[in-house]
Amino acid sequence: MKPAAFAYARPTGWEDAFALLAAGARPMAGGQSLGPMLNLRLAMPERVLDLRHLPGQVGVEQQSETLRIAAGTTHAAIEDGAVPGLLGQILARIARRIAYRAVRNRGSIGGSLAHADPAADWCCVLPAFPGHAVALGPRGERRVPLDSFIRGVFETALQPDEILRAVELPVLPAGTRFGHWKFCRKPGEFSKASACVVALPGAPPRAVLAALDEAPLLIADATALLAAPEAAAAEIVAGLGLTDPWRAALARIALRNAAREAA
Amino acid sequence: MNITLTVNGVSQAVEAEPRTHLADMLREQLLLTGTHIGCEHGVCGACTVELDGAPARACITYAGACDGASVRSIEGFAEDPVMAQLREAFSAEHALQCGYCTPGMLVTARDIVLRLPDADEARVREELAGNLCRCTGYRGIVRAILAVLAQRR
Repeated sequence: MKPAAFAYARPTGWEDAFALLAAGARPMAGGQSLGPMLNLRLAMPERVLDLRHLPGQVGVEQQSETLRIAAGTTHAAIEDGAVPGLLGQILARIARRIAYRAVRNRGSIGGSLAHADPAADWCCVLPAFPGHAVALGPRGERRVPLDSFIRGVFETALQPDEILRAVELPVLPAGTRFGHWKFCRKPGEFSKASACVVALPGAPPRAVLAALDEAPLLIADATALLAAPEAAAAEIVAGLGLTDPWRAALARIALRNAAREAA
Repeated sequence: MNITLTVNGVSQAVEAEPRTHLADMLREQLLLTGTHIGCEHGVCGACTVELDGAPARACITYAGACDGASVRSIEGFAEDPVMAQLREAFSAEHALQCGYCTPGMLVTARDIVLRLPDADEARVREELAGNLCRCTGYRGIVRAILAVLAQRR
């Protein structure tokens, strides 16, 4: 339960961070997922690259119709209202139910997304929004749509020389509907099933089913799901080929309940 | 690596391997054994301390991240008036038996009392989900926290 030995680096500038990254260092944001993996020796990096002292890691900026949330912004800050408006209310509700307050005080939205645990809450909720992950590398910034950022279990669209810099989400217009449902046997644990629905006025509703053994499933046009949550959720989940009937039932219920809330 | 951190108001210079976590550093190097180590992967809450003003898991906070940080372990709350109320209430309500979870429980309890002055029983229980107790069944702990919340209203 003690980590294998690792070297530690705390760069304060991007050039140093990219050099360390190129040399194979493992980025660590709040360390609330990587920490347990280090202690359990599921991760044994030679060097840990602490992202917390890089410039502009924390905070929320509004740029016309977009809210840019710096990757190091903690779940606790989001829970406490760091993001303004309707989007902020929705994200605060999600943040409050991530793990425990002591974990939320350190864990960050960008760290969680870049870690890409399929059962993590941001990995279910963020791809439902029409937004972008902002990657920063030696060639500059690159925007990846949030719905194609997570490629698999613990796998993202980040290149080996890139660091997740921020998440950009739309300012939500009045009339936006949202639904989210997750199942945890104990408050704060990773969910066994989770789903999210976002319906912006004038656009097809989008749904995400997560906590699967693969990348979250995006339903880019969830009109049918919102029209008939029970039947459509059953059909979608049947198509996944989940072999465990308990997990299949939970996935179906998650999707149905998220859809019912947003309908 | 050599790091400097403030522990319970006193500046400390510590030499530690980067993999050393804060709970081990407090216990083994600074001999502050009030911080307990349970699961050692961020689940049980026994090692919860105040780090830069907010509760954090000491077992998944490593030496490097502590450089320049300010830490308050349970020993640092001796003179804290809210913790005095909580100690009294924990005793009155039988909120501990073996005491292993108590230091982390108190740090979390103090955060609940200060951050959520209007918390009801359901909210207190939700907020306590990250601190495991295997003796009390939580009833006494919840009663103690609710008692302190009521006293402060």
